Amino acid sequence: MCTLEKRGRLFLLTLTGDGEHRLNPTLLDTIRSAITQIRSDPSSSQSVLITTSHGKFFSNGYDLALAETHPPLRAVMSAKLRSLVADLISLPMPTIAAVTGHAAAAGFLLAMSHDYVLMRRDRGFLYMSELDIGLVLPAWFVAMIRAKVGSPAARRDVALAAEKITADRGLEMGIVDSSYGSAAETVVAAVKLGEEIVRRGADGHVYGRMRETLLREVLYTIGSDETASSGVRNSGSKL
Amino acid sequence: MCTLEKRGDLFLLTLTGDDEHRFHPDTIASVLSLLEQAKSQSTRGSVLITTAQGKFFSNGFDLAWAQAAGSQTGAVNRMHQMVESFKPVIAALFELPMPTIAALNGHAAASGLMFALSHDYVFMRNDRGVLYMSEVDLGLPLPDYFAAMFAAKIGTSIARRELLLSGKKIKGEEAVALGIVDSAAHDSVEGVVEATVSLGESLAAKKWNGEVYASIRKSLYPGLCAMLSLTAKIAASP
Repeated sequence: MCTLEKRGRLFLLTLTGDGEHRLNPTLLDTIRSAITQIRSDPSSSQSVLITTSHGKFFSNGYDLALAETHPPLRAVMSAKLRSLVADLISLPMPTIAAVTGHAAAAGFLLAMSHDYVLMRRDRGFLYMSELDIGLVLPAWFVAMIRAKVGSPAARRDVALAAEKITADRGLEMGIVDSSYGSAAETVVAAVKLGEEIVRRGADGHVYGRMRETLLREVLYTIGSDETASSGVRNSGSKL
Repeated sequence: MCTLEKRGDLFLLTLTGDDEHRFHPDTIASVLSLLEQAKSQSTRGSVLITTAQGKFFSNGFDLAWAQAAGSQTGAVNRMHQMVESFKPVIAALFELPMPTIAALNGHAAASGLMFALSHDYVFMRNDRGVLYMSEVDLGLPLPDYFAAMFAAKIGTSIARRELLLSGKKIKGEEAVALGIVDSAAHDSVEGVVEATVSLGESLAAKKWNGEVYASIRKSLYPGLCAMLSLTAKIAASP
């Protein structure tokens, strides 16, 4: 489902296999435990995380088919994703998403939860699909969009036009930092960027705290999801 | 003073006549009533396009009517009345369960510009018409919901300064560069209207659920919606 490699000071988290990497409870738990492993590594405060995937998809979002058959799992997946994203926000190291395939809905959110978004330009798009499938966006998704997408027009295009955003369009909109000719090139570039960042030698703990401050609005809203039917508050927020 | 037509999926709201289309209690009430009509007739795939006839989209509140009160207090009360009764028009646009497009035929100033900005997409002409926040020149403070609109819809501090603090009359090309409008590509009214109809038709083809659309729209502007007493009501998840 996902593998964690260490290459020097870089942690490489890969969503494996050729599927859609739907964020079902099992995959979310696997990713979360990889993050826990990263945190407890002694060199973590001088490291960088790169998240990438195999196949045509970065992630196609929540496992909605699973939620159809077991409705309570919608709230479970929401709680687990919120916990993961809160963890990524407080992670004491820079994070890079090497987007090598489609990232839709919660999958797009996961990519945006990283400090840098590098993406292939030959295939694939970022897509906040909810409007097209008749779902509203939870407030915490909107907080992330507001935090990461700078212009009101671009936010509208993401959320209210459900635009299918290629890497180069993402560059224009300020969502994508840089684009590359293929999946392999994207990962190579992510590794190169990671190594550059490590060379700068910033203190990961300070970095993590600074990121929490920048993404404060997201942390204020991440404690609950009004669109997931269970009313249980999740203690994913660090605030 | 204003009409509502239906053309297939598109609702066309037009401020009629060759005048400045100033917002006065009567025009405000008419516009509000037409927006309510559009809302009650909306279906999946509905889209609203708002435009006007003549040289002006709208030149703001009817200050002459306020002055005609005959006294300082009377004028202030009339201004206050217009500011308060206009808020529901803005709220109605934010609640409208369909995409909204403003096709600016001409000048949009003060509350006229607010009216334009309340739409999801704003197209203006390249050759004619300016955007103008006259308040700084007239010595009028901005109502709180006006300020919230600019904070919500205008993304850079430079653009906000140019609009609100410089008294500048901003033409199409600059309005696009500042990110205030989506397009100023056309040199005629017909061109702008055609472009908005074309956009309208492509949005209509998505057949979006209007309640979901309105909810996502409101969630994008939490500060402004709080001020307009709007909540992003969530329909029960399927």
